[in-house]
Amino acid sequence: MYPGIPERQGLYDPQFEHDSCGVGFIVDMFGRKSHAIVRKSVQVLINLQHRGAKGCEVNTGDGAGILLQVPHKFLLEEAKKLGITLPEPGRYGVGMVCLPRDASARRRCEELLEAAVVRTGQTVLGWRDVPTNNSEIGNSAKAVEPVFRQIFIGAAASVKDRVELERKLYLLRKRGENAVAASDIPDKNYFYLPSLSANTIVYKGMLSADQMDTYFPDLVDARMETALAVVHQRFSTNTFPSWPLAHPFRYISHNGEINTLRGNINWMKARERQFQSAFYGEEVKDLLPILNESGSDSAIIDNAIEMLVMCGRSLPHAMMMAIPEAWDGHKTMSDEKKAFYEFHSCLMEPWDGPASMVFTDGHSIGAVLDRNGLRPSRYYVLKDNTVVMASEVGVLDVDPKEIVLKGRLQPGKMFLIDTNEGRIIDDAEIKEKITSANPYRQWLSENMIGISDLPAAPELPPPDHATVLTRQQLFGYTHEDLRIIMAPMAKNGEEAIGSMGTDTPLAVLSDRAPILFNYFKQLFAQVTNPPLDAIREELVTSMGTALGPELNLLEPVPASCRMIKIKSPVLDNDDLAKLRHMKRPGFKTVTLRMRFNVAEGGSGLQRALDELCATASNAITDGATILILSDRGMDKHHAPIPSLLATSGLHHHLVREGTRTKATLILETGEAREVHHFCLLIGYGASAVNPYLAFETLDDMIRGHLLTGIDHVTAVKYYNKSVSKGVLKVMSKMGISTLESYRGAQIFEAIGLNQNFVDTYFTNTPSRIGGIGIDEIAAEVAARHHRAFPDRPVPGAELDWGGQYQWRAEGEYHMYNPETVHKLQYSTRMNNYRIFKEYSALMDSTSQKMCTLRGLLDLKFPGEAIPIDEVEPVETIMKRFATGAMSYGSISKEAHETLAIAMNRIGGRSNTGEGGEDPARFTPDANGDSRSSAIKQVASGRFGVTSQYLVSANELQIKMAQGAKPGEGGQLPGYKVDATIARVRHSTPGVGLISPPPHHDIYSIEDLSQLIYDLKNSNPRARIAVKLVAEVGVGTVAAGVAKAHADVVLISGDSGGTGASPLTSLKHAGIPWELGLAETHQVLVLNDLRSRIIVQTDGQLKTGRDVVIAALLGGEEFGFATSALVVSGCIMMRVCHLNTCPVGVATQDPILREKFTGKPEYVVNYFGMIAQEVRELMAKLGFRTIDEMVGRLDRLDTRKAVEHWKAKRLDLTKMLHAPNVPDHVVKHHVQAQDHGLHLALDNKLIELSKDALEHKRKVEIHLPIRNVNRTVGTMLGSEVTRRHGGDGLPEDTIRISFKGSAGQSFGAFLPNGITMTLEGDANDYFGKGLSGGKLIVYKPESAEYAAEDNIIIGNVALYGATAGEAFISGVAGERFAVRNSGATAVVEGVGDHGCEYMTRGRVIVLGRTGRNFAAGMSGGIAYVLDEAGDFIERCNLDMIEIEPFEDAREEHLIHGLIEVHGRLTGSKRARAIAEDWSRYRDMVLKIMPHEYRRVLEASGAISPRMKSKKKYG
Amino acid sequence: MGNPKGFLEIARVTPERRPVEERIHDWKEVYTDFPEEKLTAQASRCMDCGIPFCNQGCPLGNIIPDWNDLVYRGNWNEAIKRLHATNNFPEFTGRVCPAPCEGSCVLGINADPVTIKQVEVSIIERAFQEGWVHAAPPEVRTGKKVAVVGSGPAGLAAAAQLNHAGHYVTVFERADRIGGLLRYGIPEFKMEKNVLDRRLNLMAVEGVTFRTSANVGVNVSVDELKKEFDSIVLAGGSTAPRDLPIEGRDLKGIYFAMEYLPLQNKRCEGDTIPDDQFISARDKRVVIIGGGDTGADCLGTAHRQGALSVTQFELLSRPPDNRALENPWPNWPNIFRTSSAHEEGGAREYSILTKKFSGAQGHVKELLAVHVEFVDDGSGRKVMREVPGTEVTMKADLVLLAMGFLGPERKGMLDQLGVAINERGNVTTNGEKMTTVPGIFAAGDMARGQSLVVWAIREGRQAARFVDKYLMGTTDLP
Repeated sequence: MYPGIPERQGLYDPQFEHDSCGVGFIVDMFGRKSHAIVRKSVQVLINLQHRGAKGCEVNTGDGAGILLQVPHKFLLEEAKKLGITLPEPGRYGVGMVCLPRDASARRRCEELLEAAVVRTGQTVLGWRDVPTNNSEIGNSAKAVEPVFRQIFIGAAASVKDRVELERKLYLLRKRGENAVAASDIPDKNYFYLPSLSANTIVYKGMLSADQMDTYFPDLVDARMETALAVVHQRFSTNTFPSWPLAHPFRYISHNGEINTLRGNINWMKARERQFQSAFYGEEVKDLLPILNESGSDSAIIDNAIEMLVMCGRSLPHAMMMAIPEAWDGHKTMSDEKKAFYEFHSCLMEPWDGPASMVFTDGHSIGAVLDRNGLRPSRYYVLKDNTVVMASEVGVLDVDPKEIVLKGRLQPGKMFLIDTNEGRIIDDAEIKEKITSANPYRQWLSENMIGISDLPAAPELPPPDHATVLTRQQLFGYTHEDLRIIMAPMAKNGEEAIGSMGTDTPLAVLSDRAPILFNYFKQLFAQVTNPPLDAIREELVTSMGTALGPELNLLEPVPASCRMIKIKSPVLDNDDLAKLRHMKRPGFKTVTLRMRFNVAEGGSGLQRALDELCATASNAITDGATILILSDRGMDKHHAPIPSLLATSGLHHHLVREGTRTKATLILETGEAREVHHFCLLIGYGASAVNPYLAFETLDDMIRGHLLTGIDHVTAVKYYNKSVSKGVLKVMSKMGISTLESYRGAQIFEAIGLNQNFVDTYFTNTPSRIGGIGIDEIAAEVAARHHRAFPDRPVPGAELDWGGQYQWRAEGEYHMYNPETVHKLQYSTRMNNYRIFKEYSALMDSTSQKMCTLRGLLDLKFPGEAIPIDEVEPVETIMKRFATGAMSYGSISKEAHETLAIAMNRIGGRSNTGEGGEDPARFTPDANGDSRSSAIKQVASGRFGVTSQYLVSANELQIKMAQGAKPGEGGQLPGYKVDATIARVRHSTPGVGLISPPPHHDIYSIEDLSQLIYDLKNSNPRARIAVKLVAEVGVGTVAAGVAKAHADVVLISGDSGGTGASPLTSLKHAGIPWELGLAETHQVLVLNDLRSRIIVQTDGQLKTGRDVVIAALLGGEEFGFATSALVVSGCIMMRVCHLNTCPVGVATQDPILREKFTGKPEYVVNYFGMIAQEVRELMAKLGFRTIDEMVGRLDRLDTRKAVEHWKAKRLDLTKMLHAPNVPDHVVKHHVQAQDHGLHLALDNKLIELSKDALEHKRKVEIHLPIRNVNRTVGTMLGSEVTRRHGGDGLPEDTIRISFKGSAGQSFGAFLPNGITMTLEGDANDYFGKGLSGGKLIVYKPESAEYAAEDNIIIGNVALYGATAGEAFISGVAGERFAVRNSGATAVVEGVGDHGCEYMTRGRVIVLGRTGRNFAAGMSGGIAYVLDEAGDFIERCNLDMIEIEPFEDAREEHLIHGLIEVHGRLTGSKRARAIAEDWSRYRDMVLKIMPHEYRRVLEASGAISPRMKSKKKYG
Repeated sequence: MGNPKGFLEIARVTPERRPVEERIHDWKEVYTDFPEEKLTAQASRCMDCGIPFCNQGCPLGNIIPDWNDLVYRGNWNEAIKRLHATNNFPEFTGRVCPAPCEGSCVLGINADPVTIKQVEVSIIERAFQEGWVHAAPPEVRTGKKVAVVGSGPAGLAAAAQLNHAGHYVTVFERADRIGGLLRYGIPEFKMEKNVLDRRLNLMAVEGVTFRTSANVGVNVSVDELKKEFDSIVLAGGSTAPRDLPIEGRDLKGIYFAMEYLPLQNKRCEGDTIPDDQFISARDKRVVIIGGGDTGADCLGTAHRQGALSVTQFELLSRPPDNRALENPWPNWPNIFRTSSAHEEGGAREYSILTKKFSGAQGHVKELLAVHVEFVDDGSGRKVMREVPGTEVTMKADLVLLAMGFLGPERKGMLDQLGVAINERGNVTTNGEKMTTVPGIFAAGDMARGQSLVVWAIREGRQAARFVDKYLMGTTDLP
């Protein structure tokens, strides 16, 4: 671990640190070196500074750095001063070396490095002390500041060229690093080489951009020259200083996140043993380990790229391997390129995740974007032949006249400048050269075969109906598995959904012998990387994979792709039999039995596992290439090894042994049946799964008429499809798009497994509270085995009932059960504290029915209680209470308003949820009640997020995830969207609404920081909250959120969630709030960020004791949702998604809504009684205020009395760990965040608009603008709305003209009456949430390039706009007008995913669109001018039709808008089109959503149209 | 869930009862057949709740939503499997259970509950019709022997379960026929006895031995029992009736309900009972004291016997027509109900306390009663108070006392076994249903006090499970 980063402690684990950032480069295309490029690059860095962050100290940045060509002239002279004679460029390498400050430790490091130089046959020319000046840097950075020295290494005569020298330098660096790592030098972790190369040099450190020049005086030396420079500004989630983790790295610089890192590391480790390289021969082993695991994700991928390049591949080639385009299913990609990708998929899995990656080897420089285009990358090509690329435009002041081209990097695309060739090489050319280097297609057709092309197997295992029940019992099947999980899968091809969260015990607390799968929780993406939208953006995903052995990664041969291709990881019985019986050269299939002697218990299980591993190793030695792990053939004495345990245990055994990639693992298991099981098997290394008993079960269900209307073959087909879709969904929650990357990526956290067990069988899986091991697991297998093979079979034996999803008297325990629901409702209706205490006693009585982690905690009471009247009153405690985010739409108006009124009465906060709010509710009722929710939520769908909505909030909550289904979007079915809801959400009645899985303006931490800033501008009086869901690493994310200036962070538990959710997510994603909250508190304290942010928690809080425990764990505000609903009448039907709620809570059916009987009084009673309970406990604990109680872990104790055979093995000490921090670190919220609003340009705009604001007089303003001016117009807009209401001001009252490059979120939430014109260009999130204002943007008059060919605004423009107009003369980036619900826009070209999820409004595109246009579009209309006639290939036709104009009126309207566009922007193209309309009109395609048409027709707004049956695509 | 909107679209309908005029002239069950399509429609009203309160409301834990759904889908075969999994005798409960499940049905919050009981009885009757109910003797015999004393629902349930577990079970019944209250307590018009016989035959085929007229402690020695059997289950019921020790109680014509009802049941079975040993209501003015189900059974029986008039007295006040605030769902709704017997005639008097019987020739002729009210005693407790000036006199030729039971009879078997009796007068059992004498268990009313058939079955099942565990060390009985 690098210095500065704390050791793993408590719940904190440094492996979950994230970072992201701004990245950029400048290059002179002809390779002309100059100092000016250094200067400009530093300027770029400073202009990217807002994308970085600072920690608890204002003068400690998260890291900044710069990569340059080796500045020979400068070094030559400097070396000379030291008596070192440098040879000519290319004959020496220079290393930037970080060293310990202790002189003797330093010397020892240097000696080891020098020894490595000598051993590698090169010469140490000498050392230079790099001058540094740390006077400006913060104390924490200073505390771990290394000594910077440069080493000069002369090439041996035998080294023939630069390339060979680089290889030698790489080898000797690895040798040096390994030698230091193996030494006992104190502070050896300071030793780090930012660069060692004959071509490039890196200056970087724990700095902010503006400290670079001061800290490294070298950089301002005029002799320092380069033709290219890469810069990077880091935003890390922590405040821990780490010098090595600043970018750039040796080859790459990265903005984004590698989601599949764990798997990539494991696979690389597994492959290393097979490495052979002609360049290194025997020495190749000295390169190992290839990856330095203490690095960040970016550092580790840099290691991998470096290795690929050093061993012979070109840098672009290596990048194409690590970050391939989405090729699978790409309609227009060349076959040659597809073949290249397919071939390479046999060599290495993608390093998957959002990435804008800049790479350079010193003479060429380029960048690549991930397949989904999740990071911004914009570039200018200038007339002086320099190219500037950065995460933003406007990072360098450039005269518009000097610009030749403005472009952006597109998803999956690469862009390269070769200074030797002196030109830009575009994606097509680079890739064409690389993909045609070998006859990949031929290699594939000679070696790879699809499984369907394999000969049919001679025999299939026969189904055995007589023993189905026995085997179901053996594998722990329940009636629920059949009825709730499997039947919908087989019948509809989709996973079932449920509602109202989960309230059953964790597996480790359950007495029902849960299967091993249930001990694992799925991880998901939040904030630091986005989940994917696997449905709407399916084109980037791939569920295919190849089976067979891998060969040497370094030197591929045709046989490297000797594999069998499968399209889905679920194998039916025929496919498995084919694999088992196939006879093909290079393949050998061996079946291994997963079973143990059940009587032998844990030791028998362990021995069986050892034998399984040994047998597998022997089989591989004997040439096995496919290993089938099978649990068929159990009997009275033999029980199956849990399939997950066998898979992961064997996988890790083979990884350790270095033989893992020689064989593929396939599971033939009766255990796997639900999506989660398949995810785990694949996530721990299986390539494919044959769930034979699931198939037999379906057959049995059909025979028993439990599954009707479907035949067996179709049922199996649908079932497999739904498994595949389900796995894809789980992958996409983590932002992983290909199965190959997901395999072995271990995106899980174990809850309740002990460390020793996890280390052995699930290496590197987080498991933080200890728990059971192999003995208990064997016992649980034995319990199931006993059920299947009882000594005395009882007639009429049945499956277990289950009771996981619906309460059953004989089923799993539920916290909400008939008794508790009844007592809660009765006590709150009668305001009867005695009955309430019965309720809370039942909930708290955890000794018998342990359901929760808090149940295992004891309160430690001091000897003497304080009098209760000294404790703060119920009234102030209730102000800390909030109700959960439940949208009007998901629940009824009556239920929603009941909660709002109640919370307003007690001074707490209710939450709009993701559905907007009727503006009528913003005005108080006559009786003084207010129906306005204090918390207005901003979620990914942005429904109803208008300027007025934002201004009416007292808290704005950004929902990053929700407990029931973290990583997924929401869905409101059409039948719940009545007229009122449609109005509030700015959509169309009867049309279903979908919110995307990610916020399309939050793909990383710095994006979140931007949205927080936007919202603060939209309502400076509201506090900004960020809602996260507990998972391992949530504390680290919360620290990032605190650094991003959120006022509140909400940690939601996994169990809450009132909305509808796929059952996989409901049960298996996320972890209890206790763990998440404790981790959050610990990490915030460790970072000294706790005092700046309010920590709130929710997730099935039910009683006063729950609140007290939450406070002691570090929470200071508390949310309740399920309980508040129950108090309002909910009886946990769990059918919220069906609109049939019989008590009028979660329904829009008017008849059912009449049955709602909840009253605000009941809710008020509830919170009053909770607060009273809290007070009673506080008195006993001796706390007078909640603030005193926050984070007092010393008052918690793990329950000594736990006798439960499994629970007693849990160890909650990590949860109660108090980080050792200095006394001055405050452990609860005391300090407001500095949002920096006083620096905003809007202050000036407000001042200049005074006349308009106060007197509605017209004003006109002219100002320059720069990229650092972010969110311009928003605060002004909030003033307009605050003073003049939702209707704003008359059109064009305030007119502002800007010149320059606008920063992100230009015109966000701009209301009626403001018009902003921009001459120049703008960054991402242009017109976000536009609320009636007008935006006009066009290129500078002096610019010579054609507007319609150049990119003018960034990604994700008009996201969630509800009204207003935008005229954009130029091309926009990806996801233009995503979730538009009312704005009208004209633009001259858009990137991928245009008009995605649109629900209302009009968009006219007068140029080319990218791929996947109109995905998920359910309302509004788009018009695309399709000159080339190929639009249809890039359009997603799932939900839309392409039509001609409805009538002349419509045509006139569109023509008129194009004219207006021409007039407002001066667009030549618009004028040309408008003037020659008769020529263009037929090229205009109208994109009309099916559902929108249906609704318009039904309402009579348009007349029904004869539909052609023709189906596109 | 077949039809998530069934409850919105379909109203509750139950089978019609045969016309009063017709039915009071016979002893057959009062309900008419319910067509299958009506029944499946009723089953579709089940909402498949996230928390099926019915499943809690049913003492047996019947998995009601599952079989409702199966019936709706027409999968009767699967439905009977699920029903039998928790209930040995759905044909009994489907007829005579007051259906607490329906009282706790979630639909009952704001609408009429699902007709659960009708679905239940239909499933089992359909299953018998289709021949799906057949004897399933255990595969393995343990060689252990268990005696079950008492053949009411608790004893029968225990016997059935223990036999399934492989033990040899002998049921001892002091009456001449097996069945206990099912046989002699419940009138034929509520449950025809062939229903009982049908089940008993199955149990006999499965291997259960029945011994009638075997009164343990009287003609069967307790020691013999202890010697011969590895374990004993006491399920003798709560048979000591509550008496009304007021003036005139010793007059003739005043009987306990359980003196009265069995005689008619025996006649219905075909036994010949001379009139002088029989109690008949024919041409008599009948007063039934006690407003519960037994009282209603007496009512229906008296009408069928040709009573001149029948009046039923209840000490407590008339229940409201709808739930009171303090009687919220999902508690048993204490509301005014009209059973089939009430439909057939007779008067119901509430808040009435019988003070005195008087008669002539040693035979009761009239009784004196007074109205009462229940008032707060100041500490929140309700106490009864006579309302002055409300005394009434009523003619009565036959008085039937149906005021419940005090507990098991101690004399004889219980005394001889030496099992402890608790303060409520019932046999003391521990958490595993064992009495204070090791190896001897107790179940049903004998242990629990008077209760419902459904509770008796549950008790019997539970006792069986613990007996099995006691005998074998482990048990797989549910």
